Amino acid sequence: MIEIDKVTKTFGAGDVAFTALRDVSVTIRENEFFTLLGPSGCGKTTLLRLIAGFEPPTIGAIRLSGRDITRLPPNQRPVNTVFQNYALFPHMSVAGNIAFGLEMLGKPKDEIAKTVDEMLRLVRMEELKHRKTSEISGGQQQRVALARALAPHPEVLLLDEPLSALDLKLRKEMQIELKRLQSETGITFVFVTHDQEEALTMSDRIAVMSGGRILQIGNPREIYERPSERFVANFIGASNFLNGQLSAGSVTLEAGGTFTVEPPQGVADGKVSVLIRPEHVTVAGTGTDGAALTATVENVVYSGEATVAHLKLKTGEAIKARASNLPGASGLLETGVQVGVSVAPGAVTVLVD
Amino acid sequence: MSEQAAYRPGELEAEAQAADNRSRWMLALPAVVIITLAAAGPLMVMVVYSFLTPGDYGNVVWKFSLEGWMNTLVQRDIFDDTLIWADAHLSIFWRSFSLSLITTVLTLIFGVPTAWFIATQPPGKREFWLFLITVPFWTNLLVRTIAIQELLRSEGVINLVLLKLGIIDAPIQMMFTNFAIGFGMTYVYLPLMVLPVYAAVDKLDFRLVEAAHDLYAGRWTAFRRVILPLIKPGIIAGSILVFIPSLGAYVTPRVLGGGKNLMFGNLIELQFGQGRNWPLGAALSLMLMAAVMIALMWYVRVTSREQSDG
Repeated sequence: MIEIDKVTKTFGAGDVAFTALRDVSVTIRENEFFTLLGPSGCGKTTLLRLIAGFEPPTIGAIRLSGRDITRLPPNQRPVNTVFQNYALFPHMSVAGNIAFGLEMLGKPKDEIAKTVDEMLRLVRMEELKHRKTSEISGGQQQRVALARALAPHPEVLLLDEPLSALDLKLRKEMQIELKRLQSETGITFVFVTHDQEEALTMSDRIAVMSGGRILQIGNPREIYERPSERFVANFIGASNFLNGQLSAGSVTLEAGGTFTVEPPQGVADGKVSVLIRPEHVTVAGTGTDGAALTATVENVVYSGEATVAHLKLKTGEAIKARASNLPGASGLLETGVQVGVSVAPGAVTVLVD
Repeated sequence: MSEQAAYRPGELEAEAQAADNRSRWMLALPAVVIITLAAAGPLMVMVVYSFLTPGDYGNVVWKFSLEGWMNTLVQRDIFDDTLIWADAHLSIFWRSFSLSLITTVLTLIFGVPTAWFIATQPPGKREFWLFLITVPFWTNLLVRTIAIQELLRSEGVINLVLLKLGIIDAPIQMMFTNFAIGFGMTYVYLPLMVLPVYAAVDKLDFRLVEAAHDLYAGRWTAFRRVILPLIKPGIIAGSILVFIPSLGAYVTPRVLGGGKNLMFGNLIELQFGQGRNWPLGAALSLMLMAAVMIALMWYVRVTSREQSDG
């Protein structure tokens, strides 16, 4: 569908040159909800702008359905964008905004009117058709921006952090709404966000970016459970990093305990870093019988649905254990107590460092 | 205690608001006084003078007459006393109107791209360009206009260069033509167009232009459908700032147009000078003012109606 082929993008020249993308290659499939995830300045928005055609790549090519569109101006690409701050035309009504792309494509008047109504229905904004865009709320503007970008039925819809300006509750609603729109329209969505939870919730596949490179591409489960690098593991979800010794398909932690692992390619036997997610770590109870590891309770944080225990292993390494709160559970662990710690089987991931 | 209860809700706020209003009026008072004395006063004098009889050596005689107003449009034939259109006046009105319109259009054509260029420069450089735009204001208008004369006259810079290059055989007559007046006025009023348009372009959200391109608009369509409507307030302001002073321009047509190519301002001046017809001069001035007001109201109405379209 979209092929980004060895793309590099440099802004400026000489001393002030800044490379926003370094040799990025990725193929986005048809009908996919594809997310570019990363901290600000990682190059994800630049990549989106390159696909939209607002900037040319310095090196490399971009192909859409096999056609080279690298040099095509934005108005000739079957690609539409939902901008971060919506960029709605303030001098036009809601309907005027949605009709704009269709008018530019020279569609007949009755067809435009029909599509505008269809789009308004799709984003549930029928009653606000004739309002000015300055007279509607942020969430409604968001919907108009979506409808405007979807109306010309592009092959690809680009979304540049479209939910970042909304409050939490509305954001959750719009996440579900976006998924619904994507499955109803069958359009490929390329979504940019720095919110890892949003990315995990909505995406078919995620590309995690940092420093102008793509570090890992995979579905949410792969990204969360089998991150390839420390950065990815750290950026997505909470994580424990421990040192261990890899030999013949199993890892012996410095703090104790041996676990079977599937080491990623290119990691040789020897000293390695491993990831264990806090929810896979259980405090076995006071005392140390039966558990592979022993630790001291440093701090306990209650956060409604779950409790996180911050523990210190005998090697001095920190480890967090996260447990869901069950009804009627007894009081919290006391700090300073020695506890046994067990790790769920298969929960240890070896990282490429 | 009962005294306190006597306050009705909102009373304190209303009082505070009134005091606030009073103090703001006090701040505006000096300006209001000056405007009243310097604008409304003379205006009343003009209205009164326009209905009086001209004195033999200028000034007015305190005798009611409609002659001043009549003479703006018609004149009495010296031989048979019939009324005929004052052709000289009408051609001057027409020249003033058309030259002002041409000046406005030319300042738009030259000014909008200039304003766009400045507004899209990096912030540090913008100040430099804006500074350059204001440089002409440092010199007296009369001096600048006479300098233009040096460019345009038969032995002037332009003709000399063209003759030397062999492009022309004889000097082109440029001085004392409508071209000279239009050229001079376009130069003089160009900054008045550039500055308000610059302010409008500066406020323009360029992401909207990107959005237009993203939605399949080419460069020209994006300009017409998105940029133009959004910078329209600046264009309206600039057009008003150029058109109105152009209608009443005095120095430029006088120096570059000579005695034959009069404009409205020169015609008025003539009545108070050699013409010794103050009532006619006053009537012409009021007429110009009315014309400007009507033109303004029409312009604002037309442009604001367009703006509300979707």
